[in-house]
Amino acid sequence: MSDAPLLEARGLSLRYGPIAALDEVGIEIHPGEVVAIVGESGSGKTTLLRVLSGLLRPEAGSVTYRDPEGTPHAVHSMGEAALRRLHRSDWGFVHQNPRDGLRMGVSAGGNIGERLMATGARHYGGLRAAATEWLQRVEIDPSRIDTLPGKFSGGMQQRLQIARTLVTHPRLVFMDEPTGGLDVSVQARLLDLLRTLVAELGLAVLLVTHDIAAARLLAHRLLVMRHGKVVEQGLTDRVLDDPQHEYTQLLVASVLAA
Amino acid sequence: MSAEAGYNFGYLDENTKRMIRRALLKAVAVPGHQVPFGSREMPLPYGWGTGGIQVTASVIGPDDTLKVIDQGADDTTNAVSIRRFFARVAGVATTERTGEATVIQTRHRIPETPLREGQILVYQVPMPEPLFRLEPRVAETKRMHALADYGLMHVKLYEDIARHGHVAISYNYPVMVADRYLMSPSPIPAFDNPKLHRMPALQLFGAGREKRIYAVPPYTDVRSLDFEDHPFRPVRADAPCALCGSRESYLDEVVTDDRGGRMFVCSDTDYCNTRQAAATQEAAE
Amino acid sequence: MMAEATNDPIQTSVPCGAPVIGSPAIRTEGLGKTFTLHLQNAARIPVLRGVELSVHPGECVALAGPSGAGKSTLMRCLYGNYAAGEGRILLRHQGAEIDLATADPRLVRAVRRDTLGYVSQFLRVIPRVPTLDIVAEPLLARGTPREEARARASTLLARLNLPTALHALPPATFSGGEQQRVNLARGFAPHYPVLLLDEPTASLDAGNREVVVALIEEAKRAGAAIIGIFHDTEVRDRVADRLFEVLPLPDDAPMNPAKDAA
Repeated sequence: MSDAPLLEARGLSLRYGPIAALDEVGIEIHPGEVVAIVGESGSGKTTLLRVLSGLLRPEAGSVTYRDPEGTPHAVHSMGEAALRRLHRSDWGFVHQNPRDGLRMGVSAGGNIGERLMATGARHYGGLRAAATEWLQRVEIDPSRIDTLPGKFSGGMQQRLQIARTLVTHPRLVFMDEPTGGLDVSVQARLLDLLRTLVAELGLAVLLVTHDIAAARLLAHRLLVMRHGKVVEQGLTDRVLDDPQHEYTQLLVASVLAA
Repeated sequence: MSAEAGYNFGYLDENTKRMIRRALLKAVAVPGHQVPFGSREMPLPYGWGTGGIQVTASVIGPDDTLKVIDQGADDTTNAVSIRRFFARVAGVATTERTGEATVIQTRHRIPETPLREGQILVYQVPMPEPLFRLEPRVAETKRMHALADYGLMHVKLYEDIARHGHVAISYNYPVMVADRYLMSPSPIPAFDNPKLHRMPALQLFGAGREKRIYAVPPYTDVRSLDFEDHPFRPVRADAPCALCGSRESYLDEVVTDDRGGRMFVCSDTDYCNTRQAAATQEAAE
Repeated sequence: MMAEATNDPIQTSVPCGAPVIGSPAIRTEGLGKTFTLHLQNAARIPVLRGVELSVHPGECVALAGPSGAGKSTLMRCLYGNYAAGEGRILLRHQGAEIDLATADPRLVRAVRRDTLGYVSQFLRVIPRVPTLDIVAEPLLARGTPREEARARASTLLARLNLPTALHALPPATFSGGEQQRVNLARGFAPHYPVLLLDEPTASLDAGNREVVVALIEEAKRAGAAIIGIFHDTEVRDRVADRLFEVLPLPDDAPMNPAKDAA
């Protein structure tokens, strides 16, 4: 519990013209911790995710990642090669649209194997075994291993993207609205799957969502963003059941009770 | 033989040759890395070997002996034209014998006779980028090379094995050069890939339309990509050459009539002729 | 809000004679809670003020008072579900005393995993998760081996008369009483040193009420400090060592944010 944060950001600011996408944002995420960033569209949450994962450079502030040896790395000055290595080993990124995270021209098994191959796996049988195992873990019939993702439903594609991302056992996974484009019935299954995998693998997850129910189910901790600022943060059930900030109260009041 | 008057030696002007040689030096210094160069208009169409010809023109000297092969044969139109071209514009000696040549320009094959130190093998390359079918964005392929991020190429091999049970690449089989750069060996048969590895001769690759030059210096490691449990296997037609009986050489399938008749013969004409001559001589003794 | 909170006569502790030894497992100092409803013109609703509650290991304290007085609010504050507006919530966790009112979320999670249990009135159903796993989950979170956790969960569910056939099903379609028993099993399985029970017998029949009474007695004997809200006065009188009265704050409490702005 006293361990240092895995990812730590301080004073992040970024403007798009006159609009402050990020205004002095600070955040930290510890090993095994699931943190959700909630807020309406345009609140800056996706920008924050992109800045934290090194895909977008902030105008001010710093993002620090601690590797498994505990050595801190400044994400925005580590160089592209090192950042890429991070993105295909220690980190994962799950996109809202599975088509952005999958290779649609490559079979399900090839999609799952890509990160393994990128990190040096050179045994075909081993790759097949890993792909089979992961298809099962994300509840896709392993007999579909050679099927192209285009033949899968949206929910299956999203589960495939998750398998493809988690196969290398990353320590930190960024998720951008992972249930965004899915039917409600499919969402529940995906959320439960994510919840189980996150717990089993002890993943740290940074989840951007506007789905309060998803945040409640998955996240240990919640950050509420508005106009590029973190207006409230804390334990998920505390923020949702006893919101302090005016905007959080509005956000929670707008959700239909389930 | 003397060069025809009115042309600079080797057709290209000296500054162009100097520019190409600089690119070649850089290519040799960074094995497998594609170096851009200012490809010139040549008196033959793209796809006929404009890249190879410019490389040859830049490295050839008056004392060199040139051999040109196309699909292994010295007597095809393209090979004959290029050989004649250099005889005219550089006045160099030409040969069909692999062992006698100092510079060999090739399209689609590596000679069967092992090359030795001091020889230069110049490849004509239509598409130098091994990743181009997998990653359409040129900037992204460059980034992948810069970062040695080649997982995607293995994904392609994985897909082949999943679909066909083996890697279904029979030509232009991708290789890793000196454990660093992924390289297209040009459309030579995968059968020839093992000859790239630690070859004593200097290997130069020229792509005229794509304006790229790359190289494999002598004795450089060149590995064909594969999986531990699906190792690279060079394949050839399972037959002896109908003319020389070789069971080692790469064979062309020749259709002999309209009724489905066919025969397999060596694609390397010099190799085949040499073996036939030796067999005749042996029989005579 | 009020400097003389400790002298506030509104909330009183009524000892029922249980012997008190050693230091309390949980205690509050000047705990207060006011809700500010920004969507209703920033209306301020003071609910708790100057709460001084102290519960020792092996002791069961029942919160008493009319409905709407803030018993559930106090429970939720004690669990960290509501933010304590003022005062401290001191808890013995892993041998040290921590203040739950100011603890960072990660510490609150650790406290909830190891020290502090809460049985709410309603089960928050997680889609697709079988009953047995819901009950076993808090045990697994503390590192209990899977088989042992499931065995304990199964035993406890059986004791609460939940048929084995239901253990493998998600409780979404269960009756209110069945869901409450799942919730109770989940709360009692890990043997928390401090256990909060919000109407644990509300929708149970007489037989299951007896089981809950026995579970509470066992937990007390094992040294748990228990705080409960029991509308069932018969159950309350059997398990509680003393009552802690929570009364509504008088109407003269400051309602206008301008008035008590520091």
